[in-house]
Amino acid sequence: MAEDAGSREVLARTPLFDLHVELGARMVPFAGYVMPVQYQGILDEHRHTRSAAGLFDVSHMGQVRLDGPGAAAAIEILVPADIAGLGAGRQRYALFTNAEGGILDDLMVTNAGDHLFVVVNAGCKVQDIAHMRAHLGGLCDIAELADRALLALQGPAAGPVMARLAPATADMVFMTARQVEILGADCFVTRSGYTGEDGFEISVPGTKAEELARRLLAEDEVAPIGLGARDSLRLEAGLCLYGHDIDTGTTPVEARLVWAIGKARRGDGERALGYPGAEIVEQQIAAGPARRRVGLLPEGRAPVREGAELQDGEGRAVGHVTSGGFGPTMEAPVAMGYVEAGLAAIGTKLNAVVRGKPLPVTVAKMPFVKQRYYRG
Amino acid sequence: MSSDLRYSEEHEWVSVDGDIATVGISDFAQQQLGDVVFIELPDIGRTVERGGEIAVVESVKAASEIYAPLSGEIVEVNDALADEPAKVNESPEVDGWLFKMRLNDAAEVGKLMDAAAYKTFTDDQG
Repeated sequence: MAEDAGSREVLARTPLFDLHVELGARMVPFAGYVMPVQYQGILDEHRHTRSAAGLFDVSHMGQVRLDGPGAAAAIEILVPADIAGLGAGRQRYALFTNAEGGILDDLMVTNAGDHLFVVVNAGCKVQDIAHMRAHLGGLCDIAELADRALLALQGPAAGPVMARLAPATADMVFMTARQVEILGADCFVTRSGYTGEDGFEISVPGTKAEELARRLLAEDEVAPIGLGARDSLRLEAGLCLYGHDIDTGTTPVEARLVWAIGKARRGDGERALGYPGAEIVEQQIAAGPARRRVGLLPEGRAPVREGAELQDGEGRAVGHVTSGGFGPTMEAPVAMGYVEAGLAAIGTKLNAVVRGKPLPVTVAKMPFVKQRYYRG
Repeated sequence: MSSDLRYSEEHEWVSVDGDIATVGISDFAQQQLGDVVFIELPDIGRTVERGGEIAVVESVKAASEIYAPLSGEIVEVNDALADEPAKVNESPEVDGWLFKMRLNDAAEVGKLMDAAAYKTFTDDQG
């Protein structure tokens, strides 16, 4: 029952490591870092984020700056998103694809005015940066912002809290960005996150991260939140976790992420295709994929977890679960997975095999919990 | 940790009364697991050998197998946990008991740790 003590690899620490330990976090290995999985408990932290505001250390994620007049056109070589058409101060979700149309990573790209600001997953950042250097090296300057921390403040109180510290953030809307000075530190703030709630991600110099985190935690509404609740929050919000719900074996079409392909990048667009696997992705859009990512609501209280086989009423294997657990806001188990396209309609009854026994699940609309982004 | 309880290396506790043993998970175990959200309990009448899988405790993050600390037959399960699995966190060694079993061999109890030995065992794991 005891948790794996972790491998012998040397784990990196974020600038907030000492603060996490001081706050009583349980620290675990994650993507090469030692990170807080929980402080008070995942259920409390999850509910606190939905009802007030949660502070997350996401400094393990990769922050990268692309400089040069050709940066937007360059990154479109690797992602199907419309980045050249992204206005200054605006942010967009994107995917690095491979030649088969599979997904190498998902990322956020922001037009910071004179450069692009890119955030990639911790577990993929070394390969992502190498991938960008290999393909974009001659087209723009690529710099990892390894000396910066990244904090996420999420929840319905995130707006009021940020407005106290940084009044300039008050009128920002979802998926926009602004350069702001907070506590004398040069911060880059986006109104975005990974919980389905309103909130911000704050890129801050590593040397100022602890001071900013302590200042945010001093606000009544704010509590520290670990990776455990980050996962249950994003699952309820229907958001994909790379390496689980999307990977090199899933295409954006199968994953129902076609909205992340810019109109200009579609087959009939003004800058059509030109990203790895574009033809395969276009064919799948036209013909329909063989399988699709769906939300799943298990009957009863037993969680259905990653890896569980999905079967139809006759016991035929029709897919599998890619993320699953207990949704604290739903007060019920929630899951997502892939099923044959013909069984992806909302309301379809399937079984998930849990410990050898079929457990009824219903294909359900995602997000499970209503997204509450601030759109002005 | 109660002084009259005995503990397994898999972090179950046992309280023996005659040939009936009440079984739960230790306070150390519930702390390691975090918030418990679901418990799969065995059917009454099922027999199990010591060390066999007998129940599952699910936290938000993961499912953990519970192993029978002794051999015997399940005679009662804690039905209250179906609606209130959090009892395992709040009161692991009293209200959060999992099941009762009729023992095949009371001598097996001697293979379990007393509270002091279990504390040393968990301190080493801590």
